[in-house]
Amino acid sequence: MNSSVKEKIRNIVGVKNFSDSAEDKLTYSADATPLFNQLPEAIVFPQNEEQVSNLIKLANHEQFAVVPRGSGTGLSGGAVPAENSLLIVMTRWNKILEIDPANLTALVEPGVITGALQNEVEKLGLFYPPDPGSLNVCTIGGNVANNAGGLRGLKYGVTKNYVLGVEMILPDGELLKSGGKNMKDVAGYNLRDFIVGSEGTLGIITKILLKLIPKPTSSITLLAYFDKLNDAARAVAGIISAHITPSMMEFLDKTTISCVEDYTHIGLPVGSEAVLLIEVDGRGSIVQEDADTIQHLLKKNNCTFVKSARNKTESDLLKTARRSAFSALARKRPTAILEDATVPRSELPVMIEKVNEAADKFDVVFGNFGHAGDGNIHPTCLTDERDKNEILKAHRAFEFIFNEAIKLGGTITGEHGTGLAKKQFLENVAGLPGLEMMKRIKTAIDPNNILNPGKIFTLKPKCEVLTTSPPLI
Amino acid sequence: MCLTSCPTYELTHLETSSPRGRIKLIKSVAEGILPVTDTFAYEMNFCLDCQACETACPAGVRYGRMVEAARVEIEKHGYGSFVKSFCLKTIIPHKNRLKAAAVLLRIYRKSGMQKFIRSTKILSLFFPKLAEIEMFSPEIPDKFSDSFISEINNPPGEVKYRLAFSYGCLMNVMLPEVNKDTVELLNKIGAVVVSPARQSCCGSLNAHNGDMKTARELASKNIREFGRYEYDYLISNSAGCGAFMKEYGELFKDDEELAQQAAEFSARVKDITEFLAETDLPSFKNKPDESVTYHDACHLVHTQKIYSEPRDVLNNIPGIKLVPLTDSTKCCGSAGIYNLLHTGTSLELLKEKMDNIKKTGAEIVLTGNPGCMLQIKYGAKTFNTNLRVEHTVSFFNRHI
Repeated sequence: MNSSVKEKIRNIVGVKNFSDSAEDKLTYSADATPLFNQLPEAIVFPQNEEQVSNLIKLANHEQFAVVPRGSGTGLSGGAVPAENSLLIVMTRWNKILEIDPANLTALVEPGVITGALQNEVEKLGLFYPPDPGSLNVCTIGGNVANNAGGLRGLKYGVTKNYVLGVEMILPDGELLKSGGKNMKDVAGYNLRDFIVGSEGTLGIITKILLKLIPKPTSSITLLAYFDKLNDAARAVAGIISAHITPSMMEFLDKTTISCVEDYTHIGLPVGSEAVLLIEVDGRGSIVQEDADTIQHLLKKNNCTFVKSARNKTESDLLKTARRSAFSALARKRPTAILEDATVPRSELPVMIEKVNEAADKFDVVFGNFGHAGDGNIHPTCLTDERDKNEILKAHRAFEFIFNEAIKLGGTITGEHGTGLAKKQFLENVAGLPGLEMMKRIKTAIDPNNILNPGKIFTLKPKCEVLTTSPPLI
Repeated sequence: MCLTSCPTYELTHLETSSPRGRIKLIKSVAEGILPVTDTFAYEMNFCLDCQACETACPAGVRYGRMVEAARVEIEKHGYGSFVKSFCLKTIIPHKNRLKAAAVLLRIYRKSGMQKFIRSTKILSLFFPKLAEIEMFSPEIPDKFSDSFISEINNPPGEVKYRLAFSYGCLMNVMLPEVNKDTVELLNKIGAVVVSPARQSCCGSLNAHNGDMKTARELASKNIREFGRYEYDYLISNSAGCGAFMKEYGELFKDDEELAQQAAEFSARVKDITEFLAETDLPSFKNKPDESVTYHDACHLVHTQKIYSEPRDVLNNIPGIKLVPLTDSTKCCGSAGIYNLLHTGTSLELLKEKMDNIKKTGAEIVLTGNPGCMLQIKYGAKTFNTNLRVEHTVSFFNRHI
């Protein structure tokens, strides 16, 4: 990117909202995904839709890439700058524009922090359930772009279940408005749902309309200790087949328990092989009934002890502890690589065994935790990015895990997105026709490949795609 | 996890002004990818070093040490400002100079000079930075605490504890009554309080701002002076001083001569609330009428991890109305001499703190650090509230 292009960018956003300093380029060169980084050519903080639109038009004209970014908490490299790219940072678009209690909706800018939105709507007795582990930092825009999940996905679903409308600047600079406050809307293609999870490759989201639901009035949080990992997995299967849907059902293995306890000091059982953190919520007496049935099923599956949170503070501590799992695992080794392979729930015990098998086979250390109720686990490889040999082994282990997940009818990513980290495996799960369709859509909407290029898949001449198999990194 | 715990990130929404961004910069400088630049120096000093990010970090990254090491590096490259180096090298390390400066400030305020200068705005015309600092100039008490605290202070009755007391430099000069209350309270619970006359500044302000040489000199002087006495614990009522004295062991770990002495010194340092929380207390003589709230000093909660102790101690007072403060663990903007170096940011943080305190409806805010006390007192005056600012110890002492 030459200086005259930079001058044009500066003219669009203003000097104050532009930087190409060495320091800013460095700090914006990565998101939360280990091993991926690339310096952007410049960073901008646009002030309004018009500026975003003009930036994109300029990108088409001058042939540079545009990469959108929120808080940079993504775990698939989705917000890592591309080559010759302008990074568009949306963190200052952080206003909640409207909470409509009559229609149960919230209209927000994309830079609103997920946890902050939850706090605001809960003051009104409303509830926005999607709760990724990084909810106190991540933005709604990033959540929508990646269709983020979270701990409560089991009962309440994921981000896409709550997006009613999206406004987005398209790759030609036009403003798309899709969806609205209607609970039913079947006019034409469902563009809104298509945008959710598009990882910034189809446009830059500027406004989001979210669905809210009434806040559950009561909840019970249980922590169950197990001496065997398999018993915990069986207890999960038992609860699901008893037709109880807890609002969360999370598991942590021994390594994760000890790291989290090191950080939180809340008395987690460091001697146990696994714990399940279970919450049931709702209204009235049914909550207690469900909790009682769950306790019974836990005991039946050799649970050694069940601790019930005595109050909201205790319950919040337990959930915060669970959310810290990924970062806490970094206590053991300098680099923690987290993945999110997902399988049908019934296959969870098998999948956990496969992760252990991968650890043995490739001689690497895994901490394992995740959303047991969703079949969505987070095998986290504890390694050191400076040790190239060990990193190679980690990649082989993950390749093994992904392939096993696919064999079990699962997928390579449940909630983090494909980004850079998993694009080489996409064909295995989407199939060649699926991948080709995705590429054709991308090319039709963004013919110059301006928006977040290289994420989800690499656009290459067709013959090359057909002949190459995924490289081993 | 650290981003939203960081006051400067919250104000700017800039990755470069976040803990994660600063660590990236520090790493890049260490690896030789980035030279020490103006922006680097600015970012390292723009950081409050409040260490809220350390509390938020599940991975246990010791950010404070990294930024303090980076400040040493930028000092070496000559990025120190005049105000900073004047405060840190010329005044604070020398008890008598600090006292002399305070006396001058006292005269300045009492002689009517201050009124004249403020009403004419003459200072902002010629020295805008000095005018900003002048605004913070607090009232100076008539007597400093080292003039009335004896070297040995005996309790009225039976001796249960032998304690040493570090009276600090800011606390000594600006808030001597807190030191008086501390000694009085410790005497009441049966402690002999030893306060060496030749003790010096703990060195924390220097260490936190990249001047390790002065910090080590001051620390070794303290190790020597306190070493002349027998005591169980060394009590501090200034969060920043307590935190740094607990780090002497680490500071001298490679020093053959002082390593062991320093480690022993640090092991016995306790914040006053930490000591009270594990001590049998006599009965309380009166019930507080006023409602109170508590602000966590960064160097207590984030550096020393003291959160529940002051609350437990206060909750011992029968009938106390302790109202929880929203974001009580967020920096008030004082941050050592930060308010003098980054006045704008400091004031934004102070305003937020004052708004939160106001919402509690409390008449008194309690805290455990002189910097916070002066900053919040300034806030109470600026935003025109009747709020009283008291040290936890003073409040406690009034009711015991």
